[in-house]
Amino acid sequence: MMPSASRLIAMIIAALPAATVAQTLAPYAISGDGIPDSLTGQPGDATRGLALVLARSSTCILCHSGPFPEARFQGDLAPTLAGAGSRSTPAQLRLRLVDASSINPETIMPSYYRIDGFARVGSAWRDKPILSAEQIEDIVAYLASLRE
Amino acid sequence: MMRRALFVLALLGAALPAAAGEIAPSERRSGYDFMSSDTKAMQDDDTANPGMLSVLDGDTLWNTKAGAANKSCSDCHGDVSVSMKGATARYPAFNATSATPIDLGQRVNLCRTQHQEAAPLAPESSELLALTALIAKQSRGMPIIAGDDARLATSIARGRELFFQREGQLNIACSNCHDDNADRHLAGSAITQGQPTGYPIYRLEWQGMGSLQRRIRGCMTGVRAQAFDFDAADMIALELYLMSRAHGMKMDAPAVRP
Ligand code: HEC
Ligand code: HEC
Repeated sequence: MMPSASRLIAMIIAALPAATVAQTLAPYAISGDGIPDSLTGQPGDATRGLALVLARSSTCILCHSGPFPEARFQGDLAPTLAGAGSRSTPAQLRLRLVDASSINPETIMPSYYRIDGFARVGSAWRDKPILSAEQIEDIVAYLASLRE
Repeated sequence: MMRRALFVLALLGAALPAAAGEIAPSERRSGYDFMSSDTKAMQDDDTANPGMLSVLDGDTLWNTKAGAANKSCSDCHGDVSVSMKGATARYPAFNATSATPIDLGQRVNLCRTQHQEAAPLAPESSELLALTALIAKQSRGMPIIAGDDARLATSIARGRELFFQREGQLNIACSNCHDDNADRHLAGSAITQGQPTGYPIYRLEWQGMGSLQRRIRGCMTGVRAQAFDFDAADMIALELYLMSRAHGMKMDAPAVRP
């Protein structure tokens, strides 16, 4: 039996991701020049963090290079990520990713966990942070492991 | 004391971002300058430049009667190499009827609708690209003079404002890449100064022709912004600002770009 058209539509709507609804961000507290607590309450996974840094959709290596020779195209608009964990604490790395402009208002590094204060965001990306809280934690764990 | 102050100054200087600000007129370079020798050779040789196929199509269209008026472009304008010499170097130009700047594609479509009484050609259609490529070729080697008309001042100012405005989810302005970081690399690709000297272009990545509007829309989508619609007033203002920013640079259309 064919479900009625209105039922079908209701089913489709229920199956849609919550993407059309503005996402709320996990609350976080800035202390000094960092965010001391994990955004998820859990430690991140450094292996997933590396994969995320290399993924084109995260945009990191559009600008940065780093200690991953397997990535063919790396940018040079920003300092290398090599040694990031020696230069910064996890709390500093977390704030840098969440909202680099709070550290340096002139920076071109995007704010990965912010949804307001932007002009003309495309509809596919509106009201969503670039990365999720979990993804930020994975990347923080990876960057913290980059020591020299 | 003095030495101390100098030391602090030196430190501050070292901490400043490299090369922020607008490009000095003498430092301007076409996208051509940033290309590999292979791609340069492809552009330089008309028998290898794929943009020339579009120019050839344009030549046919130029001489083909169209619309209810049953007139061709050449019926009104004659020899394209005479009548259209330097035209592209002047566009976007002020259109008295609408009292706004219009770009070359819009000018072609005004001729289509008013003089040929034909339907306008769609943005990025092969016909519109062909006609604009043919016309642009007649300005090769000529200096860009678009923007000289005082009536364009407000539109140029608007374009400039847009060029410096951060936008999109990545929150980056045109100027952040094309003024501040030209000569660096975004992933694999060289960032140029974003000079509009060669449009319409044959782009290897597109495997086809495209207008300056298409190129700008690509950059806007790249920073995850809502790209301006084709022919929107702000789009024309950005084109006009880019042309006025390139004032005096030589046209090299139809260019090849990576
Ligand atoms: C559009 C360019 C751009 C993108 C994309 C970008 N960054 Fe950055 N990043 C910068 C710049 C420029 C700096 C230098 C400091 C500043 O400008 O604030 C920086 C600084 C950093 C630093 C501090 C470096 C140090 O050791 O001092 C870290 C860590 C970092 N970025 C990580 C990342 C990660 C991880 C991503 C992706 C999730 C990313 N960045 C994406 C431009 C970028
Ligand atoms: C994040 C970096 C970035 C931003 C922001 C950006 N672009 Fe681009 N743009 C590029 C890259 C990379 C290319 C391809 C290589 C090149 O020609 O620079 C390009 C190409 C161009 C070109 C072609 C130049 C030529 O020689 O054919 C123009 C024109 C241009 N951009 C204009 C703009 C405008 C206008 C904006 C703002 C709406 C903008 N760009 C924003 C990175 C950027």
